[in-house]
Amino acid sequence: MTPVLRAIFVLTLTPVSAALVGDGALLQAEAERVALIERTKPPVIAVFAVEGESGGSGVLISPDGLALTNFHVARPCGEWLKCGLSDGRLYDAVIVGVDPVGDVALIKLFGRNDFPAAILGDSDRVQVGDRAYVMGNPFLLAADFQPTVTCGIISGVHRYQFPSGTLLEYADCLQTDASINPGNSGGPLFDGGGLLIGIVGRASFEKRGRVNVGAGYAISINQVRRFLGYLHSGRIVDHATLGATVAFDDAQRVVVTEILDSSDAYRRGLRYDDEIVSLAGRPVTTPNGFKNILGTIPKGWRVPLSFRRDGERLDVLVRLAGVHAEGELLEKLESSRADELPIPQRNPGKDEKPGKTPAPIEPIETAGGNRPTGPDMPEVVKQHLEERAGYANYYFNRQHRTRVLDSWLAKLAPAQKEGQWALSGKTSAEDTFQLKINDKGASIELAENRYDWAATDDLTADLQPEGSGGMLPALYLWRYLATHPVEEFGEVSYLGTAPFPGREDLLDVIVAVRRGLEVWFYFDPNDARLVGLEMWSDPSRDPCEVRFSEYAESSGTPGRIEVIYGDAPFTILTMDARP
Amino acid sequence: MRMNLPFSAALSCVCAVSVALAAIPVAGDDRSESPLAQTLRTVQPAMVKVYGAGGFRGLEAYQSGFLFSPEGHILTAYTTVLDTTMLRVVLDDGRRFDAELLGADARLDVAVLKIDAQGLPCLRLDAAADAEAGAPVLALSNMFGVATGNEPVSVQQGAIAIVTDLDARRGTFEIPYKGRVYILDAVTNNPGAAGGAVVTWDGRLLAMLGKELRNTRNNTWINYALPISVLRPSVDAILAGEQSVAGGDHGRPKAARPLTPRALGLILVPDVVPRTPPYVDSVLAGSPASRAGLRPDDLIVFLDDALVPSCRTLREELEYRDHFEVVRLTVLRDRELVEVELSAEGKESRP
Repeated sequence: MTPVLRAIFVLTLTPVSAALVGDGALLQAEAERVALIERTKPPVIAVFAVEGESGGSGVLISPDGLALTNFHVARPCGEWLKCGLSDGRLYDAVIVGVDPVGDVALIKLFGRNDFPAAILGDSDRVQVGDRAYVMGNPFLLAADFQPTVTCGIISGVHRYQFPSGTLLEYADCLQTDASINPGNSGGPLFDGGGLLIGIVGRASFEKRGRVNVGAGYAISINQVRRFLGYLHSGRIVDHATLGATVAFDDAQRVVVTEILDSSDAYRRGLRYDDEIVSLAGRPVTTPNGFKNILGTIPKGWRVPLSFRRDGERLDVLVRLAGVHAEGELLEKLESSRADELPIPQRNPGKDEKPGKTPAPIEPIETAGGNRPTGPDMPEVVKQHLEERAGYANYYFNRQHRTRVLDSWLAKLAPAQKEGQWALSGKTSAEDTFQLKINDKGASIELAENRYDWAATDDLTADLQPEGSGGMLPALYLWRYLATHPVEEFGEVSYLGTAPFPGREDLLDVIVAVRRGLEVWFYFDPNDARLVGLEMWSDPSRDPCEVRFSEYAESSGTPGRIEVIYGDAPFTILTMDARP
Repeated sequence: MRMNLPFSAALSCVCAVSVALAAIPVAGDDRSESPLAQTLRTVQPAMVKVYGAGGFRGLEAYQSGFLFSPEGHILTAYTTVLDTTMLRVVLDDGRRFDAELLGADARLDVAVLKIDAQGLPCLRLDAAADAEAGAPVLALSNMFGVATGNEPVSVQQGAIAIVTDLDARRGTFEIPYKGRVYILDAVTNNPGAAGGAVVTWDGRLLAMLGKELRNTRNNTWINYALPISVLRPSVDAILAGEQSVAGGDHGRPKAARPLTPRALGLILVPDVVPRTPPYVDSVLAGSPASRAGLRPDDLIVFLDDALVPSCRTLREELEYRDHFEVVRLTVLRDRELVEVELSAEGKESRP
């Protein structure tokens, strides 16, 4: 330090320190803050492209190396990334899943099974004025991967930031005045107790250049929680839409201004000018509030919706479609994004850094280092990477599909994995029934009636019995999944986790398509049992829903099968004998 | 009348808050409200979002303000946003009102709006405090227009870095005010933040956030706020009806042969924005203005007793004066107000 600098330093600090001497409370608060930062920073990572040409920040959330970052940080890095921890080491990582609209990416680091993991907080409990810490790698400053820590308060909660012509929509996000700069993208926002409450990723930039202006935004950790199951699936995931738009009316009520008649909300009875009361269990009081709720829910989820018409309140469950049509999301990924934090480039000449140019980041070790062809991908990354259209990394989808289906199959009796299934009992109309399912089709015999359904090349042809939406083909596909290798079924993938009527937790969902029918199988993540299925012959119509319950101990056969079509229960089958 | 917040008091305030923050139960089920949240619960309801003119060429059509009387008086910054008869104010609870511009003081860039309501939460000006450098403060504003409807405005923390006179010169900082300000260490003066409130951590009103202010010579930005004690005389004058704004409906026809700035010998700066401040660019030799001692760089503040916010307003106002009328101009020159009388018809013009 030069004498002049030292003089300034002393001048600046003296009055304050003099005032602080003997003030135990303030010193204690400072000591607690230092301890908190020490305790909180180990899961913070610096994320780099393999050759260090770009980067950002991230945070580990599991000991086996799963970490969150921004989609806009991970995308330019490709499938293989390098991550620096505060232990000074650099780890290889692979992309797992991405949420381009929510600007979140899940990656997996290799090399340890005891990675430090952040503890997730509850971002809905965050209040304006709460202490906030941002940690990360602004301007890619840290050559030793020690995160930069900035401190501030929560400036706003439940903020909605328009996509403004871009793909990114920051709904229900947290706003902080802790300094956020290029390179902080993807890093954690911690609360005053060191719990992870958000992923930093956006800031208000206007005329002052791309540096902190005291208004940064973080994706709420509760949004990330809802998407985590989807991100594990290795897919490129989409956000949800109701198929309806809302606005304030003259009386400041939030009312439907447009609705698609192909939407599930329309089929459930929502109409133009209905007042939205609540969505997904949260009250709706403003159009922004509506978008805040909707913008943090994954495509395909079924959530409660309450609306009011002529003083009468109606409560329904609605299935949310994707914001983007099939393939549209992939196309839009090419569009530019203006509001995201820019990714610092390694080439200082292209940088927009203010003031003195920070030192370039430490050269990154590369296996091979053969520049013309780039470094060789390490074996561990190759083993965890499988490219497939529509997926960020198909490897993880296959892993989860196998995990869910194998656990389920392990619960089934050997007899359930082959041959004909025969079930008998009583229907909800107190009728006796005999249900038979085999490779050729399914039939149900009632006291005075009989329905037969034969599997053909087009399974959508004859959805027996009438009014059920296809109970027999649905049960046929249930047996088919149990009795045939997954490759024979058709296209079978892991969707992620989603809610299910009557359940508080999220269930594992397997999506299986066979000869025109799409089935979503819902599995209990705790006991691996099949809780229900939904079968569509046409995405613009209601599915046939089947709910399985009353499983006996150590049996793979449910005691009760409930069939629902649209808003009406079709039948309940109660078993009196088990195969 | 002026109350200083002693440094020791400010310091103990920090201690209390820091310790309390450290003690907040984070994941408990019965999470108590933090002291800061309690402060904000009293301050936020007084904050308003102001919507007016603008929305092009980097000029926002929104800014901030706060209620200072239960009858709907609002303190805000005097900016181009107020250059409209369609002023709208949205309260913290989401209620919308049409607002009237009661008056403004262009020297301080402060304005008072009025909405037609009663029993509103407010930050009283007579309860405002003064603070010294080092005092920790909160700044509340609707910067970047982030909040809409009943969403609370943004809150930032910082400290008063220095209490100083704003050394504003034409060509450096583009505002006329050169008096005492609080310079803040946080990036508070963002688009839409002007008119926001600066308060202590226990919720006492200190100052009003100023405009975005850039030093055009070195491209640095200053985050400043105007102490309430500085604004108070202007606000009182506006409330007393002594500080009206020129322009609007005169209820009488324009003069057949009106006055013009040129007839007085005044060449104003080029009128480039909707509200170009009426700076004198040059003075014609031998003209009434020259004889009265007006100089280039003088900022015309008042025409007779009416505030003149822009070149355009000055021209329009003069259209109601006959070519022979004597007018009184008040100009701001080197932090001094100078009053002159001018007559284009060769009568005595005097300083």
